[in-house]
Amino acid sequence: MEAYLVAIAIIAAIYVLLTLGLTLQYGLTGLVNFGHVGFFAIGAYASALLSLQGVPLVACFAAAAAIAALAAYPIGLVALRLRDDYFAVVTLGFSETVRLVITSERWLTNGVQGIPGIPRSFAGMGVGMPGALATLGAIALVCMAVALMLRRVVRSPFGRAIEAIRDNEDALRALGKDPARFKIQVLALGSALAGLAGAFYAHYITYLSPDQFIPLVTFYVWMAMIMGGVGRVSGAVVGALLLMLFLEGTRFLRDLAPDLISAVDMASVRLGAVGLALVVFTLFRPQGLMGDYTRR
Amino acid sequence: MTLSVRGIGRSFGGFRALEDVSFEMPSTDLLGIIGPNGAGKSTLFSVVSGFIAADTGSVVLDGRPLDRLGAAARARAGMVRTFQVPREFHHLTVRENLMAAAPDQTGEGLFGLFLRPGRVRAEEAAIGAEADAAIEFLRLGAVAATPAGRLSGGQKKLLELGRALMAKPRLILLDEPFAGVNPVLVEQLIERITALNTRGIGFLVIEHDLDALSRLVPRLVVMDRGRVLATGTPATVLADPAVREAYLGGAVA
Repeated sequence: MEAYLVAIAIIAAIYVLLTLGLTLQYGLTGLVNFGHVGFFAIGAYASALLSLQGVPLVACFAAAAAIAALAAYPIGLVALRLRDDYFAVVTLGFSETVRLVITSERWLTNGVQGIPGIPRSFAGMGVGMPGALATLGAIALVCMAVALMLRRVVRSPFGRAIEAIRDNEDALRALGKDPARFKIQVLALGSALAGLAGAFYAHYITYLSPDQFIPLVTFYVWMAMIMGGVGRVSGAVVGALLLMLFLEGTRFLRDLAPDLISAVDMASVRLGAVGLALVVFTLFRPQGLMGDYTRR
Repeated sequence: MTLSVRGIGRSFGGFRALEDVSFEMPSTDLLGIIGPNGAGKSTLFSVVSGFIAADTGSVVLDGRPLDRLGAAARARAGMVRTFQVPREFHHLTVRENLMAAAPDQTGEGLFGLFLRPGRVRAEEAAIGAEADAAIEFLRLGAVAATPAGRLSGGQKKLLELGRALMAKPRLILLDEPFAGVNPVLVEQLIERITALNTRGIGFLVIEHDLDALSRLVPRLVVMDRGRVLATGTPATVLADPAVREAYLGGAVA
């Protein structure tokens, strides 16, 4: 049971990191990024492939963040000239393209067979609990550092400018500031966080395949952000933990009524539970658990 | 030192919103633009400020053609506009709205923010003081910490003027600055804009309140159906029969 809880906590922390990235992009800046999972995948594969070449893990993690940020840059240049809704479609298309590239470029990614045997983080501390706990500690620390950094950003001139973009982009242009400059930085930083989350994921799960990076992951992150409170750093953390509670809590439904729900139905039940939670939230607490940016 | 608008034309589909609009003003001067609804005044502002591309013609500020610059670059070139319908940053407070407008902030880049915290702090203090001065100047003290979305229409107008000032332009384009502002404050605004003008800031003002505008600006451009109808002092142009015909629909003989 302890091992299970630690495993869930690690996955939850990975979602916290992803949600913090999206909070920066959508909650604070208003960028409708439907392709978050693409940057998560880039980080995961970059770190996994580098580590298999013998690169030290710390460098792999840094490279995962950097490569994901670099991948965001051209997307930013092209897509930020587009209107919001087109941007959403372009990012969604980007993440699916990433998945297709991973699937078809077998020389690099081993295609659908996936990459097994990725070095585990903190493997030196043992494969069981000690290593997992160390991993959990590391990712929790990173999440805390990122949350503190984002809080600093929110209260800074940069935060003021990106919130101004969210509220009225044209007004900011009229004052002589280029929204695109800010958006590219936001896109790159949020993607770096997704890439970092990907690295943690790769070196914890130790096996990667393209079907782990479907758009559903992006929408889980959106759900976490909406449930926690859009545009709130604390909301990202709480929302991601809540998402995990729904995703994992539904597992126990089956223990309660094993005859009613088959193992095959479970996936649908989970999705249904999270969807229901989202509907309930938008109806009864649209500002999310922690309140959104309209109530500062 | 002039703003020169030369032969501006712009059509939307088959509708000619602007046709051969030309005028010139010293960029430190005050110039009013009047005309009936639909005369093309706000469209002209959007073209001059770079929000809408012109089909023909050219905008030159202090000898520098602005035609290839976008809206943000034109603002940085020294010409800042406000909007007829205020576009406040509704979730930011009045003070934050003003501070957001200050140019060249080190803390607006992620590198500056994290690598030069001391400089960012010093700049924030200076910009904050400027914002407080603007708040006092516009008498927005009571709502300084209020999210701008909750202001009245008149207060939003004042905030727009304040934001424009914070950007430190040489020339400000005001789109109906008095609309929704209470009469006492209008008098104060006229006084303040005049004071700013003596400090060297030019104003190009669209306004429907002819009485107030006539006391603010020494010269008017009258527009009708996308064209310039007349130019001159308020007294002269308002006495012009063509202007009276267009503006008052010929109701006054």
